[in-house]
Amino acid sequence: MATLEIHDLHVSVEAENGPREILKGVDLTVKQGETHAIMGPNGSGKSTLAYSLAGHPKYTITGGTVTLDGEDVLEMSVDERARAGVFLAMQYPVEVPGVSVSNFLRTSATAIRGEAPKLRLWVKEVKEAMERLQMDPSFAERNVNEGFSGGEKKRHEILQLELLKPAIAILDETDSGLDVDALRTVSEGVNRVRETGQVGTLLITHYTRILRYIKPDQVHVFANGRIAESGGAELADKLEAEGYEAYTKGGATA
Amino acid sequence: MAEAQNIPSGSTTTGSIAVAAESTVATRMSAPPSYDVADFPVPHGREEEWRFTPLARLKGLHDGSAAAGGPDLKIDISAPEGVTHELVDRADPRVGKAGKPVDRVAAQAYSTFEKASVVTVPKETVLTEPIRIAVHGEGGTAFGHQVIELGAFAEAVVVIDHTGDAVLAANVDYLLGDGAKLTVVSVQDWDKTAVHTGQHNALVGRDATFKSVVVTFGGDLVRLHPRVTYAGPGGEAEFYGLYFTEQGQHHEHRLFVDHEAANCRSNVVYKGALQGEDAHAVWIGDVLIQASATGTDTYELNRNLVLTDGARVDSVPNLEIETGEIVGAGHASATGRFDDEQLFYLMARGIPADEARRLVVRGFFAELVQQIGLPDVEERLMSKIEAELEASSV
Repeated sequence: MATLEIHDLHVSVEAENGPREILKGVDLTVKQGETHAIMGPNGSGKSTLAYSLAGHPKYTITGGTVTLDGEDVLEMSVDERARAGVFLAMQYPVEVPGVSVSNFLRTSATAIRGEAPKLRLWVKEVKEAMERLQMDPSFAERNVNEGFSGGEKKRHEILQLELLKPAIAILDETDSGLDVDALRTVSEGVNRVRETGQVGTLLITHYTRILRYIKPDQVHVFANGRIAESGGAELADKLEAEGYEAYTKGGATA
Repeated sequence: MAEAQNIPSGSTTTGSIAVAAESTVATRMSAPPSYDVADFPVPHGREEEWRFTPLARLKGLHDGSAAAGGPDLKIDISAPEGVTHELVDRADPRVGKAGKPVDRVAAQAYSTFEKASVVTVPKETVLTEPIRIAVHGEGGTAFGHQVIELGAFAEAVVVIDHTGDAVLAANVDYLLGDGAKLTVVSVQDWDKTAVHTGQHNALVGRDATFKSVVVTFGGDLVRLHPRVTYAGPGGEAEFYGLYFTEQGQHHEHRLFVDHEAANCRSNVVYKGALQGEDAHAVWIGDVLIQASATGTDTYELNRNLVLTDGARVDSVPNLEIETGEIVGAGHASATGRFDDEQLFYLMARGIPADEARRLVVRGFFAELVQQIGLPDVEERLMSKIEAELEASSV
């Protein structure tokens, strides 16, 4: 069973006046089949955690470890992490002009699976996955994220999640900017993947709204670069009622 | 109408739509078009038409110091039956008929060549196989003139390949009779040391269709002027261009579409990818819609993909409109950058960095290549692009 273990992770970014520490000792273990929600106010470091796990070059790891089934994730390049089973659904997916969605998906699936999927099966697989996410077939011929609406970008991210079947899925504010219908469609996609029991999910969100559709096993409150409190789904209800104020005003529980 | 996005430092993208403006195609030239090289002053580099070109690398083509010599240029023409090929003098009425030289280097070529080569496809002859012209240099300096003439309702595809090393100034005239259809693919696949300048003039007859595909990969300096004028109404001209400009190379394409006849169409799509220190691509797209050219429909587009730091693009679309009674006129120019975020996104989906870059470049060019409409040419170009990608450090 795949397990992602984050231990005492410290991460800095280059700021104008030198490096600035964003993550200040994150400890978290995500096992296959589990869903962890990470909630926190803006600027608490949630997205930094997501991008650091995926290996974005902007972030410098200054301490701690991240392992996937004992393998050192931090030693891996970005593409190696993806092939090892770490998937990041991005908050702001990037436009790649000139590369069609269908070409991109097939190239990606080939890299992740280690061999090119058989064409006929692949076409069927993509078509069905797109139908489930209520995506028009013409979508496949468009350039990656170019001119996509906010909802289309997120559907496209979840389409990749469904096709690439990672061991660990990190969903970075997948709910932001979605209307209720799109949120439901996207959440259903995530749930289909979760229901296989094959994926450990790290759901990063600012709002509790998505947790009505995707039920977490654990909720972690992220504040000031670390996990300030962990609990069950009931913690989300508390945040819904009280907001993040208790965590942002100095001390918190840490 | 001009759009510009993600312009990397060291590139310029300017555009204008001039309506009776002071700066026009005519006023920007330092001398009126002429067949005689003596009518052009030696450029000093600050003239509008020379300001992007490194004159010192022209090997004397611009100042009269280049003399024909060295190993002969090998020109091999293979044509299907029915096509004639002859060598003629400058006095032949077909030579220079499609357009006068517009700069000193083109005039130098015109004034210096010994014999012009004329390939003729008789009227109503529809070729099923392309005419192939292979130009191969072995280090010499040469001046040339090529005429391709299609009689009325003739149809042909011409593929001109340039390989090897040479200093070459050569103009090409395309004469299309009424209703003729000509597709020309000019591939500049020179060695990294070659210098190649040329003016490609098309004279498009009534209801004739001209398609120019210019592909520039090689050379130290390549500077071409693809141009079209229409001899009658109903003509159509398409210009597709593709360049892959690497470290130290200078690729310059200066297009001019002259709409004088009514109800003609033109469409220009040029795309280039650049990588490496001092890779420099220049694209000039001048379109003139004269007062008499009612019913004109024209569009021009230039896109550049900058893959690394140190490369430079100058892209200048320019549209002059002297009549409002047209179907459409537009232009767009954009220079984008393959940036770290795109690379991260593709790598985060398991795709290795080198493959990610190739994917982007291949996709960028495939969009253009698919518009050419000749399957064997498209296939050849894509495999050529693949080979370039394999050979380059991308």
